[in-house]
Amino acid sequence: MHSLTKLPPEREAALSGLYAAATASARRRTLAGLAVVAALALLAGLAAEVRPLTFAENIGKFTAYLGQILPPVGFEHPIADVRAWYWGLPGWLALLSETVLMAYLGTLLGGIAGFALSFAASANLVRSRLLRLLTKRGLEVCRTVPDIVFALIFVIAFGLGPMVGVLAIAIHTTGALGKLFSEVVENIDMRPVEGLSASGATWIQTVRFAVLPQVLSNFASYGLLRFEINVRGAAVLGFVGAGGIGQEFLGAIRNFYYADVSAILGLIILTVFCIDLATEQVRNRLIGPESAR
Amino acid sequence: MSAARTGALRAEARDNLARLRGRYPAQFRADRAARARFVLALGAVTGLAALACWRLDVSATRILNGLGRLGSFAMLMLPPSPEGQFWTFLHALGETLGIAFLGTLAAAILAFPVAFLAARNVVSNPFAHFAVRRGLDVMRSVDVLIWALIWINVVGLGPFAGALAIACSDFGALGKLFSEAIETCDRRPGEGVVASGGSSLHRIRFGLIPGVLPVLASQVLYFFESNTRSATIIGIVGAGGIGQYLTELIRVLELKQVAFLVLMILVTVAAIDWVSTRLRRTLIGPAAR
Repeated sequence: MHSLTKLPPEREAALSGLYAAATASARRRTLAGLAVVAALALLAGLAAEVRPLTFAENIGKFTAYLGQILPPVGFEHPIADVRAWYWGLPGWLALLSETVLMAYLGTLLGGIAGFALSFAASANLVRSRLLRLLTKRGLEVCRTVPDIVFALIFVIAFGLGPMVGVLAIAIHTTGALGKLFSEVVENIDMRPVEGLSASGATWIQTVRFAVLPQVLSNFASYGLLRFEINVRGAAVLGFVGAGGIGQEFLGAIRNFYYADVSAILGLIILTVFCIDLATEQVRNRLIGPESAR
Repeated sequence: MSAARTGALRAEARDNLARLRGRYPAQFRADRAARARFVLALGAVTGLAALACWRLDVSATRILNGLGRLGSFAMLMLPPSPEGQFWTFLHALGETLGIAFLGTLAAAILAFPVAFLAARNVVSNPFAHFAVRRGLDVMRSVDVLIWALIWINVVGLGPFAGALAIACSDFGALGKLFSEAIETCDRRPGEGVVASGGSSLHRIRFGLIPGVLPVLASQVLYFFESNTRSATIIGIVGAGGIGQYLTELIRVLELKQVAFLVLMILVTVAAIDWVSTRLRRTLIGPAAR
């Protein structure tokens, strides 16, 4: 390889001076941005009562805790140990299936409601600004209030049990999916819609034959994504008494049943993994491998 | 086109339906296989839903009974008022924002280097990035509230545990998103750096980071938005913020204050959304998103 030809020193100095001037302003902006972030972090640290000393002192507790919840499985008789570790498996599996069914029914009901409302919230299908605005704001409220807050209120109104979880998930999902769906609808190709309304179709017929075929696969994909999220959410809804495995898990943590904590946590993680994998397969099939995200 | 004319068009087409059917058989042929698949899928979905209704004891009577009570609760919520606790609530809201900000920042700082290890175009060893990816997946699939319960055991009750919980669960999510952004990054700047004699660290610093940084920053902002929402509930298990008040007030049925708190949360979240959307636009340019 040839060695590089050096520029004459005065030209190099001039060029590097120009380069420094050009990068200086960008660097100043970056530094200013970093300073703002650091100041905000300091403020947030004060608000969140960050105590680095307690953290440093007690970080040992974290590893100790992880050590304590490690499965009590030895090498002498591993199979018996695993049996003892998962002593409550049938009951836990029943609770886990309850959790998944809660997520399923909540996603389905919320999906149906979001589906119906998304067309009313789309600017390209609905003329009335008032109707659109009302639907959008309503969806926003459903979306912003977390499902566990709905569950807290519903537990008082409907009594303890998984039905509360289903309703809470359904309402939150309506808001989340309604918004995503309406964004999909707003981005469709408008020519089929024009074609149908030109040949005298009613609004419902236009939606059915011009809009639905374009958006259905995207809707299904978003719905499956939401289902994944809801399975995770449903696992903790039991914390407030809304059914599923959460109640059992909270009991295990609060009562320091260490082996149970790791056993149930393992089950939850495994379930979430399996559902993630399955829905990813289905989604890839639905929207085609080239546009899969 | 006037409604009368389209109506006439419809009527004419309907009258001539048989003739049209004869002339364009392809357009009128029913796609039996597709229809059968659709009916099957619909049957499966409804069947599973019926099973779920039965298992979870969902019934119309229970819903109707509860709706009556819910209606009376809604009446009790009006008018929303803080009942003299406005400053306490505001302080709790500040705590919530602090939790969200600090948690997101810590997660982003931790996830940034790890994401490069999980990216296929940086670490070519398949086992390394597979292991990192699965580790991130495990962090991600544990819910924020569960992380909060674990951290409460370590640093005690309070907002610090909440910030740590958000940092942990977002570390997994951001690590995954960051590594995907790095993998889809343009290869050519990196190749240019290597061709002009840069080392692989130079390739990452000058070929990859400038390209991905705006994308990563926009994702971090998006997570900050969604974390202000999750930080409002983290108090339910005792990890600080406005959720603590929300839970207590719902339990004792102080519904006017509950309604006021929910309104405060809605306004804050809307404000944060607005600010971060504008920031994101300036970061990645108006064309994207």
